[in-house]
Amino acid sequence: MSMTWYLAVSAVVFCIGMAGVLTRRNPLAILLCLELMLNASNLSLVAFARTHGNQDGQIFALIVMVVAACEVAIGLGLIVALYRRRLPIDVDELRELQG
Amino acid sequence: MAEVVFVIASLVVIAGAAGTVLVRNAFYAVLALVCHLLGLAALFLLLRAEFVAAAQVIVYAGAVMVLYVFVVAYVGQDDHPLRRRSGRGLRGLSVLFALVLLGEFAIAILGSGLSVLDQKGAGFFPLFGTPEEIGRLFLTKFLLAFELASMLLLLAAVGAVVLARRRSGLDDPREISVADLMRPDDSGTIGDAERGTLHEAAAGPAGR
Repeated sequence: MSMTWYLAVSAVVFCIGMAGVLTRRNPLAILLCLELMLNASNLSLVAFARTHGNQDGQIFALIVMVVAACEVAIGLGLIVALYRRRLPIDVDELRELQG
Repeated sequence: MAEVVFVIASLVVIAGAAGTVLVRNAFYAVLALVCHLLGLAALFLLLRAEFVAAAQVIVYAGAVMVLYVFVVAYVGQDDHPLRRRSGRGLRGLSVLFALVLLGEFAIAILGSGLSVLDQKGAGFFPLFGTPEEIGRLFLTKFLLAFELASMLLLLAAVGAVVLARRRSGLDDPREISVADLMRPDDSGTIGDAERGTLHEAAAGPAGR
């Protein structure tokens, strides 16, 4: 299997995730779509690691997974805090910082 | 054989991604993301990244998705119908941006002229991507990154607890604090009287 195909799958998934981040307004769905984008980058990192026969790309992918887990924990904590304060769960409504 | 597995897994990956974006129900979106992650783990196995695939299934599809499901169950659906305030135009524009980015990626991948892209990958030694090798790299070459990652995880855990904890302004009368559990039973609180564990209450009015 040539490496181009893995990169193509990665590009498609990244663009789907980007379209989701731009169109969805529920912060939970936006977090899910961010996961899609991070996973697409992970796939291309691992594909390049295989291409060059070097494991550093796999280490990079694992670190990206750690960062993604941290981002999920903080993001879900924010969503729960929003829900506790009876604020709308909608990124278009939460525009107080916009001035 | 590898081609068949690749086609099936990549179809699962792309279908799962599309489902995550398109499905309105948050539960089903999380389930679609789980399918996407499992397909991605199969692709990682094809790329000889055993440890990354195992971590993907255990950490992502196992732990992180359970966290998502719990939060979806707690917060629930947004029941109010979608208001079209952001408008069709903006939505179409963002889809257009995604398509433009896809075209750009296609040009970059196909037109970059990297000769290495067309081959099946470099030769690899038998232990490539196994837990032994990844662990050796983490404890030798990437020790600093490893320690920083553990520090980051600790900070994220503490931060999530601080963000999601109950604020003092919204007291819940049913909340039980540690002090309640530490106190001996008949120390004369109202709670003891309600449970009937006070000696006076147990003896009744005749005892006075």
